[in-house]
Amino acid sequence: MIGLSGMVRDDPAGNLFRVGRRAFTDPEVHTRERDAIFDHCWLYVGHSSEIGAKGDYVTRSVGGREIIFNRDREGKVHAFLNTCPHRGATVAREPQGNAPGFRCFYHGWSFHSDGRFASKFPEGNYGEAHYAGGCANLVQAAQLGEYRDFWFLNFDAGAPSLESYLGDTREILDLVADQGDEGMEIVSGNPNYVIHANWKLLAENSIDGYHAHLTHKTYIEYLGNVGNMRIDETFAAGLTKGIDLGNGHAMVEYPAPWGRPVARWVPSFGEDKKAMVEARAAQLIARYGEARGTRMAEWNRNMLIFPNLVVNDIMAITVRTFYPVAADEMHVSGWALGVVGEDPALRQLRLFNFLEFLGPGGFATPDDVEALESCQRGYRNQREAGWNDISKGMPREGHSRHDDEAQMRAFWREWDRRVGAVT
Amino acid sequence: MGSARGGGDVSALRPEIEDFLYAEANLLDEWRLDEWFALFTDDATYEIPTAGMPDGASAAVSLFYVADDHTRLRERVVRLNDADAHAEQPRSLVRRIYGNVRIEGGGDRVIARCTFIAKRAKNRRVDDFFGHIVFDLVRAGSSWRIATKRVYLDMDLLHPGKISIIL
Repeated sequence: MIGLSGMVRDDPAGNLFRVGRRAFTDPEVHTRERDAIFDHCWLYVGHSSEIGAKGDYVTRSVGGREIIFNRDREGKVHAFLNTCPHRGATVAREPQGNAPGFRCFYHGWSFHSDGRFASKFPEGNYGEAHYAGGCANLVQAAQLGEYRDFWFLNFDAGAPSLESYLGDTREILDLVADQGDEGMEIVSGNPNYVIHANWKLLAENSIDGYHAHLTHKTYIEYLGNVGNMRIDETFAAGLTKGIDLGNGHAMVEYPAPWGRPVARWVPSFGEDKKAMVEARAAQLIARYGEARGTRMAEWNRNMLIFPNLVVNDIMAITVRTFYPVAADEMHVSGWALGVVGEDPALRQLRLFNFLEFLGPGGFATPDDVEALESCQRGYRNQREAGWNDISKGMPREGHSRHDDEAQMRAFWREWDRRVGAVT
Repeated sequence: MGSARGGGDVSALRPEIEDFLYAEANLLDEWRLDEWFALFTDDATYEIPTAGMPDGASAAVSLFYVADDHTRLRERVVRLNDADAHAEQPRSLVRRIYGNVRIEGGGDRVIARCTFIAKRAKNRRVDDFFGHIVFDLVRAGSSWRIATKRVYLDMDLLHPGKISIIL
């Protein structure tokens, strides 16, 4: 019943699931996670649209490393460790750009866009061994893989394939990727913010349907005030789900109460957009069938790909990662994903929907941040009050609902398996 | 931005424009949000682009932190006046400084630029916001109204985590 980590108590017979609050506070646990999780899981690095042209690159932190994600001059995609083989300085220092190669500003060592060492020094500077065996090339992440334009890396050369790792999440990524006839793209403008809380609090929160009506009461009232709310029979019927997607991945799925710029009109979009949005829904149904088309148009999915990629296909589509820099601090990066070639009016509605809810200046995310930081403060009491309860819905017959906690239990079982396996 | 035609000596406007900006800052610091909202024109916008956005960035094509028209700004005030706006309960202590005020235009319309530092204290932690602000102001009788307030955060990482106060 007590998992290998000693921090997860799973008692199906007693309908109890508890997580030790030490998992959120202990620096030793943070260190173990760096190894057991971030050194072995597939981690999201970026989207194809961010490096559309040959020579495009972005730099970002992934799994505690500094990474260059780029498309070389031949069009091949790479994930390099952003560090000069000479003394270690980062060789790309801009957040993004286009470059035929990289040059370290410290001593001038240069590299082709495919990572090969490009400098030629006068004879006598270096011996033959310096140039041999690629030891002066940029180091690549051990594995790099792509699914539907979502790129992932893995620092473990022996880790199972990306395809097997993603498993059932691929079907959900398909529901996102298929929304654009010409593909999907990351929109410019990338919120990066700090939350003074353990990263797993955001993993839970991102797929938590239980907190919405209370934590986000003012957001829901706002939607009502401006006409961005249309609740139909499907929503009222309570056909919501919390789904374990395997490998620690999980999601909630529920009919949208709000507008979805992909294909669900609400009055706040304006009467002039109604025909266009409804035509788009009809197109999706014609192309993908009634069930799948309706699912893409009308239903929301909040998905967590273990350990830390959130793809929330809700009133807008957010792609979000978050990494611990300490047990009680994480850095969050968010991106808005949109349809390539989208009507400008719908693109604007998509961005407004995003920033109203999902942005750090919106009407909802600030309250999530407050809740997470409040939990972290509460964990100071862990010696006397040591366990979180994640049991909601365990006795329920049939499938779990979106406001149950089955999806968090899926995350924690995988976390326990990986962290507990470290000796 | 509207036209900023000359119609007088800009330096002569400085005292009243600065007084207006400092009064605006004070209303926010004192959480007098309804009075603050009343400073805006009916077609006003209040925007905070995401970090790194250039001056001409548009919320129609790029993701902003905040892109309020008059309606969304009103709703922002409604929300912050509600005890269920949890991020600001209890309310932060806030104090901001506007400086380096520069004024262009004149007559009935001016562009006022300033730098700012805002400090926010809550839960025994202090958050810093800093950047610059561009105001588009229109004369309204003996005072001024805000047609646009655009706040550029000169921060590549948003250390405070959220922009739950109005900047």
